[in-house]
Amino acid sequence: MNQLRRSFLKTTGTTGAIAVAVAAGLLKPTEVLAASWNKNAFEAKSLADAYKGLGVAAPADSKDIAIKAPDIAENGAVVPVEVSSKVAGTSSIVILVEKNANPLIAQFDLANGAEPFVSTRIKMGQTSMVRCMVVAGGKSFSASKEVKVTIGGCGG
Amino acid sequence: MMNRREFLHVLAVAAASGFALDHKNAFASSAAAASSMYELPKYGNVSLLHFTDCHAQLLPIYFREPDVNLGVGAAVGKVPHLVGENLLKAFGMRPNTPEAYAFTYLNFEKAARTYGKVGGFSHLTSLIKMVKAQRPGALVLDGGDTWQGSLTSLETNGQDMVDACKLLGVNVMTGHWEFTYGADRVKHVVDNDFKGKVDFVAQNIKTNDFGDQVFEPYVIKEMNGVPVAIIGQAFPYTPIANPRHMVPDWTFGIQDDNLQKMVDEVRGKGAQVVVVLSHNGMDVDLKMASRVTGVDAILGGHTHDGVPQPVQVKNAKGVTLVTNAGSNSKFLGVLDFDVKNGKVAGFKYRLLPVFSNLLPADKEMDALISKIRAPFESKLNEKLAVTEDVLYRRGNFNGTFDQVILDALMDVKGADMAFSPGFRWGTSMLPGETITMERLMDQTAITYPQTTLTEMTGERVKEIMEDVCDNLFNEDPYYQQGGDMVRVGGLQYTCNPNAKIGKRISNMMLNGKPMDAHKTYKVAGWAPVGEGVQGEPVWDVVATYLRDKKVIKPVKLNEPGLIGMKGNPGMA
Repeated sequence: MNQLRRSFLKTTGTTGAIAVAVAAGLLKPTEVLAASWNKNAFEAKSLADAYKGLGVAAPADSKDIAIKAPDIAENGAVVPVEVSSKVAGTSSIVILVEKNANPLIAQFDLANGAEPFVSTRIKMGQTSMVRCMVVAGGKSFSASKEVKVTIGGCGG
Repeated sequence: MMNRREFLHVLAVAAASGFALDHKNAFASSAAAASSMYELPKYGNVSLLHFTDCHAQLLPIYFREPDVNLGVGAAVGKVPHLVGENLLKAFGMRPNTPEAYAFTYLNFEKAARTYGKVGGFSHLTSLIKMVKAQRPGALVLDGGDTWQGSLTSLETNGQDMVDACKLLGVNVMTGHWEFTYGADRVKHVVDNDFKGKVDFVAQNIKTNDFGDQVFEPYVIKEMNGVPVAIIGQAFPYTPIANPRHMVPDWTFGIQDDNLQKMVDEVRGKGAQVVVVLSHNGMDVDLKMASRVTGVDAILGGHTHDGVPQPVQVKNAKGVTLVTNAGSNSKFLGVLDFDVKNGKVAGFKYRLLPVFSNLLPADKEMDALISKIRAPFESKLNEKLAVTEDVLYRRGNFNGTFDQVILDALMDVKGADMAFSPGFRWGTSMLPGETITMERLMDQTAITYPQTTLTEMTGERVKEIMEDVCDNLFNEDPYYQQGGDMVRVGGLQYTCNPNAKIGKRISNMMLNGKPMDAHKTYKVAGWAPVGEGVQGEPVWDVVATYLRDKKVIKPVKLNEPGLIGMKGNPGMA
């Protein structure tokens, strides 16, 4: 473990101030991302409406999208998800949780040949498919993985 | 140290003198029969001695294997989901033998009285010394769930087991219940007591913030000039099945992609034998073996399956052996590899039952155990009640000792119904035995023992039962947590293990009336995973009940009706 790095970050906690402010609800994401906020998509209450808001038809399944997420979430409030895409010309990565009240979780737009890899933490209310969509050359592709959210206890 | 000849002599004397052996049975028939149990000629050049899930049982105990251990999906009728005669048949064992007593529940009471208690660290030590005498340099591997499960382990924060394992000569260990003493305690033991003696390995525990490795992922040891890598796989669902607040900064998970990386890394470093010391549970291990390549064997635990021979799992690049070595220091797995030209050319495996009547007690270990117990003797020996029934826990849906706990919770707490966790540890008792505080603690000694009385709607009760049932019967092993179904008192129900979550539990009846989804019920329980829950420890509640009852009459077991399980070889 890199204890030095950890202590360093603790004492220079200001680095993550904006992220913390968002997480604490002090800043709404809309205020941070006001310029490109897609209200229709992010406030959609179903997967179909979220796709509509994003302006894509149901995406085709792709094996070139890798999702790394736990089979069972240790904490539904912060589920780590990593997405990487081998789809040529990936310009956008989108994460959706089918059973969340608002399925669209995040949209990452990649510019200037940025590596198509994102790693984030998402909130899940219940067991659901986590769907990751990639946009490349105007076409959309997706892959999904089920993440179980359980009440816990009773183990072993 | 006793050599093999002396050991066999002890057996012969024991058998000839009728030493704790019933005159009518196989044990007594000849010393040869007894010694053949431990007849284990040397094979190959790399040997691994594996025990797991001893749950802090330092002295010999009784342990009844399950009569219900259902497999679903692709696991129907497959190892380890075979019980009783189905298991005997699959492994060519005969009924009414010491082996049948060790591996099945068949004729449990009679067999227990005939063959006696099993396990015990003094007897395990003697067996390890004997096996090692022919295998100098053999490694002793502890699969975890070692520091929890007894009064003395709880009272000493697992220190009793830490000391016993050091004396036993454990070389490598991984963990699960160890973590319920808290992250700091585990780190302290690993960095101090174990330093330079026991390698605690876990490839699948990382820090939440940066994903840094918390423990060494593996260790490479040399035996007879052969580099052997042991990769650790801790219980992947520790923060879910047990309180997350006890390991708040760590993340677990199966992480088979990282395991593959570790396998490739140790092969790159020259390891000629690669084994995973796993606390996944056998179904998870079987799936993992089919996905990860380059592993010679997964030595598994957690699900407490006493599996006589390894399952050979094919994967893209070869075959991986998967074992499971039972629980309660009842068994010692001996895996011999013949390594030629840099790779495994052959293997032999035996899962040896530890019969305390056939193995001498190691004096040094015996002395340590006496020292450990001394300060707690009066507490350990407090008499609570006498049982007229066989008391046990293990089984998919309920056990008689769990039923006693449920009855106690409902009685003392004045509840409509009760929940008790589907733990797989906990020793067994025979009719006529006295339930002491020690035996009660065998069932309850955890660091979060609070009892609770909660108002729940019928809908919530069903939700909880569906959730736990899915942890047991999800057809994808990676979603199974390796415990049994939550034990339910007061409420009758029907279970369809083949159904999906939300559809397995039906026909819920309370006092002859259907449970109402919207009505509120008083539900007693224990072992809350949330932080800061207050409540009387479960052992006090049950002790109150036992002292009051004085005699535990034959127990009426509340088990669900089952759908779709007829003919399943995982059920008697």
